[in-house]
Amino acid sequence: MIAGSVVVWLTEGTWHSVVDAAAAAAPADATVVLLHVVDTRLEEAVHGAYGGLLGRHRRHRDPGDTVGQAAAGAGADLLAAASARLGRPARHDIRDGLVEREVVAACEGAALLVCARDGDRSRLGPKSLGRYTRFVVDHAPCAVLLIWPEQAPALGSIPPPPAHYPRHPGG
Amino acid sequence: MTGVAAEVVAVLLLAAVLAFAMIQPRGLSEATVAVPAAGISVALGIISTADAVTQLRQLGATVGFLAAVLVLAYLADAEGTFRWLGDRLISSSRGHPGRLLAVVFGAAAVTTAVLSLDATVVLLTPVVFGTAARLGLRAKPHVYACTHLANSASTLLPVSNLTNLLAFGASGLSFLGFTALMAAPWLASLAAEFLAFRWFFAADLASSAEPTVPSVTQDAPRFALAVLALTLAGFAASSFTGIPPVIVAGAGAAVLAAKAMIRGQVGPWRLVREASPLFCLFVLALGVVVAGVTAHGLGAALGSVLPSAPTLPGLLVVAGLAAALSNVVNNLPATLMLLGSLGPAPHPGLVLAALLGVNIGPNLTYVGSLATLLWRRVLAGGDAAPTLREFLRLGVITVPAGLAVATVALWLALTVGRGWLP
Repeated sequence: MIAGSVVVWLTEGTWHSVVDAAAAAAPADATVVLLHVVDTRLEEAVHGAYGGLLGRHRRHRDPGDTVGQAAAGAGADLLAAASARLGRPARHDIRDGLVEREVVAACEGAALLVCARDGDRSRLGPKSLGRYTRFVVDHAPCAVLLIWPEQAPALGSIPPPPAHYPRHPGG
Repeated sequence: MTGVAAEVVAVLLLAAVLAFAMIQPRGLSEATVAVPAAGISVALGIISTADAVTQLRQLGATVGFLAAVLVLAYLADAEGTFRWLGDRLISSSRGHPGRLLAVVFGAAAVTTAVLSLDATVVLLTPVVFGTAARLGLRAKPHVYACTHLANSASTLLPVSNLTNLLAFGASGLSFLGFTALMAAPWLASLAAEFLAFRWFFAADLASSAEPTVPSVTQDAPRFALAVLALTLAGFAASSFTGIPPVIVAGAGAAVLAAKAMIRGQVGPWRLVREASPLFCLFVLALGVVVAGVTAHGLGAALGSVLPSAPTLPGLLVVAGLAAALSNVVNNLPATLMLLGSLGPAPHPGLVLAALLGVNIGPNLTYVGSLATLLWRRVLAGGDAAPTLREFLRLGVITVPAGLAVATVALWLALTVGRGWLP
């Protein structure tokens, strides 16, 4: 990975806002890397379902292969659309593997990772991060710009504190 | 050969047949080992020639039915049925991931029920991935739903799963009787699975920040849909007309085949290939090999732990054992073993409970597919650590819940619907 680069992690459903945030946040002289990871779990699950059809394997028709190729194609389309929206030169990085680990690996040496909250965005709170995004935020070896893809919910969306607030163990 | 020696040889033959079918060295047909293994069973006297002939005769109609349904699904796809279904999924979901999951559940459940689980895995799953991609949504919950429902939604009709076809004759039920008793368990397990999916994939099902709904224009493949509807009606009417379902399925496939052949879209060789003759041969040979396994003590031992009355605890025990067995061996041999162990005239309720187990159970570990996947990795020289952990976790959540509610629903259906029993 290029030292000091800005990695922009793009996923379905939230990539528009992430690209816009990256365009605003990336210094003019920084290298922008548009990143998408094709989740191999998906392809493997379909291979698995096909493997479960004991005796009906016709290898040339394994739907796992079809899904894997389609997923790679969809990822390339997403990066192309993001590149057009960004409006400045950017490197494309499309990977396949375990999403959360590939994203962390792609951030090695980077100055900044830009990504989006991708869970329940109806209220402020931990559920606004999906499990892969949480892993990435917890493990990223660089600064992280974590955006709300839409307008952030109001402060009032946080539940009130519990009646008996837990005491500090030392207190 | 009799006694323990016969049992040991029979089990070894079955293990060889299953291992070969899962690994498929050099892509060779599963029948390559299964047919000689069946021959050895007869030659060594593990199963008598007369018993082998009886077994083959019983399985003949089932295998013919299977071939017809495989061809029917292939031709329905060639007519554009699944592309059309993908477009309907797009327009009815209106770009909302939660709504898409609901309609994918409906599509996968109906496809599995009518055209069997093979059609859902091979034909519907890629279409559902494409649908999610066109909508700009995460595909995972929807694709996983197809892979799961291919198993768990295959309980409704005798044609939905080869396991059902194998057990249908033993149940003594009519086509409508089978379906009437399985309707409530089918709906109950679907509901349990849907709730589990909504919870498990909550983050993936969050609304898209910028929903897109591409325009869909494709006309409905009316001819194929009409043939499928008439075939289904023919199945339902088989109880009254006396026309066996295998003839109805064959007629449906023949009508679609005639149209495709007149138009030059498909040749006779292709149709023969789609009917999977080697797979049909494999099922026949597997039937003989499993009959050898159950004939020498193992069947009686399994039979002694199986309840004989369709009480609620009895049904739960049968369904649980069947699910466990389908995770030890594949559900195809599991079904054959259970049928051999339930005796000559089992209560239909017990047969149906066993089917719930062997159909819903495989989502727990995907035993056959895990072995296949690991082997694929070994061949590719890659990292052998499976990335199926997430998929397995989903199975641990959905299978016990789905199986429990489906079995309770079956017990209720048996209580209410005593009149449907033979």
